[in-house]
Amino acid sequence: MEHGCDRVYVCAGTGCTSGKSPEIIENFRQELNASGLSDVKVIMTGCFGLCSMGPIVITQPDDCFYSRVAPKDVAEIVREHIAGGKPVHRLLFKGSRGEAVSLFEADFYKKQERVVLARCGLINPEEIDDYIEHGGFAALEKALKAMSSEEVVSVIKDSGLRGRGGAGFPTGKKWEFTMNAPGSKKYVVCNADEGDPGAFMDRSVLEGDPLSVVEAMTIAGYAVGADEGYIYVRAEYPLAIHRLQVAMGQALERGFLGNNILNTGFDFNLSIRYGAGAFVCGEETALLNSIEGKKGTPRLRPPFPAVKGLFGCPTLINNVETYANICKIITSGADWFRSMGTPGSPGTKVFALGGNVNNIGLVEVPMGITLREIIYDIGGGIPDGRGFKAAQTGGPSGGCIPAEHINTPIDFESLKAIGSMMGSGGLIVMDDSKCMVGIAKFFMKFMVEESCGKCAPCRIGLVRMHEILERITGGEGEIGDLAELEELAEMVNELSFCALGQTAPNPVLTTFRYFKDEYLAHINDKKCPAGECSALLNYEVTDKCVGCTKCAKACPAAAISGKLKEKHSIDKGKCVKCGACMGACPVKSIVRR
Amino acid sequence: MKNEQEKQKILTIIRENSSGPSSLIQVLNAIQEEHGHIPKDVQQLVAEEMKIPFSRVFEVTSFYARFTTEPKGKYEISVCLGTACYVKGSQIILDELKRKLGIEENQTTPDGLFTLTSSRCIGACALAPAIVVNKDVHGMLTAEMLPEILGMYN
Repeated sequence: MEHGCDRVYVCAGTGCTSGKSPEIIENFRQELNASGLSDVKVIMTGCFGLCSMGPIVITQPDDCFYSRVAPKDVAEIVREHIAGGKPVHRLLFKGSRGEAVSLFEADFYKKQERVVLARCGLINPEEIDDYIEHGGFAALEKALKAMSSEEVVSVIKDSGLRGRGGAGFPTGKKWEFTMNAPGSKKYVVCNADEGDPGAFMDRSVLEGDPLSVVEAMTIAGYAVGADEGYIYVRAEYPLAIHRLQVAMGQALERGFLGNNILNTGFDFNLSIRYGAGAFVCGEETALLNSIEGKKGTPRLRPPFPAVKGLFGCPTLINNVETYANICKIITSGADWFRSMGTPGSPGTKVFALGGNVNNIGLVEVPMGITLREIIYDIGGGIPDGRGFKAAQTGGPSGGCIPAEHINTPIDFESLKAIGSMMGSGGLIVMDDSKCMVGIAKFFMKFMVEESCGKCAPCRIGLVRMHEILERITGGEGEIGDLAELEELAEMVNELSFCALGQTAPNPVLTTFRYFKDEYLAHINDKKCPAGECSALLNYEVTDKCVGCTKCAKACPAAAISGKLKEKHSIDKGKCVKCGACMGACPVKSIVRR
Repeated sequence: MKNEQEKQKILTIIRENSSGPSSLIQVLNAIQEEHGHIPKDVQQLVAEEMKIPFSRVFEVTSFYARFTTEPKGKYEISVCLGTACYVKGSQIILDELKRKLGIEENQTTPDGLFTLTSSRCIGACALAPAIVVNKDVHGMLTAEMLPEILGMYN
């Protein structure tokens, strides 16, 4: 080939879009046209996963991987590489030895196994033909034409797939319950109300490969005997909603959705409902109330949704990632699925890896991999030479896993055994500068705000727990607070109406279990060992000060005074403890104690 | 509602988005998006038009965080408080914005220019800590960068 490149893939996931990838796509189209290279295709894709290197641009078939591309770099790539045949070396992604490597050769991908994300980054999510070319709708065709509903359900059961929303309930059983539930009208629902702070797996699937969810829901409809489905997605995900709408429109037009699908006489219609900012709507019965246009408070279970769900009818409800596994299980079989992961938790899991880790992004790994492998081999370790302190899984319902458990295999049971949970897939790494009492307070504040108010243990208990944590981090904690905190945690856990309240004390309980010395330091010594709780800190100027006045200029509260070339001092009454002075000092003369 | 014209506009939104009582949240989302807020008289209009008790419209409006009864400023600054952003210092960014704008969370500056809110994870974890101003994402922030960003919207 003349120029080695006839396709340019630009990531248009949320991370890269925030980094101006739409402008990059536009620039490529203009530059290519202007250079008479309009036969080179510019393809907008879903998330590649390596968000910290975004915006990402890949050229094919020569497989060059450009990272951190800016809109202004496009002209150079077109001129030098696409027209001139010489890749722009300075923009190519470099591996651990400084050599340019292609995307999937990067260390980040070596231990990954991409099933759910297989098509993310490879196809244009707004183009149904791309989806079909990459194996799309083969599962639907097989299920509808060559399998009975019972056969579909039994393959899912045999696969051992467990719900990826967090709790890990066996998916096949849910399908079987709904299939066997009496009633002529049934529903299939997709839970895309991804609310855990620091989790964006489901969004990336919906943005990168929306048709895989549409296809899986249609298969589910066939299996359980439903002719109508709803996708409940957060209103905060405008791009995902847009791509779903495009996908559903195209599927309808091509006869993969709607009436008489693939001429088999099977009807299945799908609509989108979006949430309006309520974390509790991720709880399945609260979600059903919200789809019905009511406030999202949970319902008493039993009856379970499989028996009496949406509008009082039997309803199958699964999470996005769960659905994204279905098509591949139908086409490749239960044994193939069981060949990945562990016997109790087969398959893969997608994690949103974030926080104090070098490679931030979306990773899909076989179950059973250890935390250490994810953080160090895939995530590239902790930045700035700092040490690992804890990893947080399961969001506000999960827990903080300390260094002593870093070799724990990731599966549903192992995480539960150490007090955390799989959760939906947020995995936040924290370095040794993070205060664990502060983290517990952060999650508790989140839960206080998100408690729906239906039951007293959650509504009131969490507020009281938050108050105690406020006191401890504010330097007013007393030793009796710890016993009270534990008692409240137990009570909220045992008495709350739904899983939101029952799991809300987990961040407190795990930090308590693994980092008790930090709680004690806050209470007994009035010190925050990590140096984060501002009420327990003081900034001081040491004798190293050269009197450059930079700190005084940086101070937002005008709390620093001193003459030029003389030692400065900080007025503790005015200081807001923001740390700006510390960053501004060229000789590191300001310390935090 | 200020006048008949505004009332007609809201009625159109209701009719375009309503398909029975279960579509109440869709209708309210559409009004919030186009009208900017859902005050009591608009809630009453929704109740009448959709034949739903006003108490239920009020209940739903007050339950979901996205719905507001007060108008928002020209620019809504939303600080991401997802865990990844929190770990990278988004609380400091939020505190600094509160001080700079002289308002608390969910308040609007007296000149109607900025409303300050916080949001759950926006999924731009690689850009942590991040804020969203209307639809623009600004990432990898430090407190020192805020004056320049605010200046872009003045």
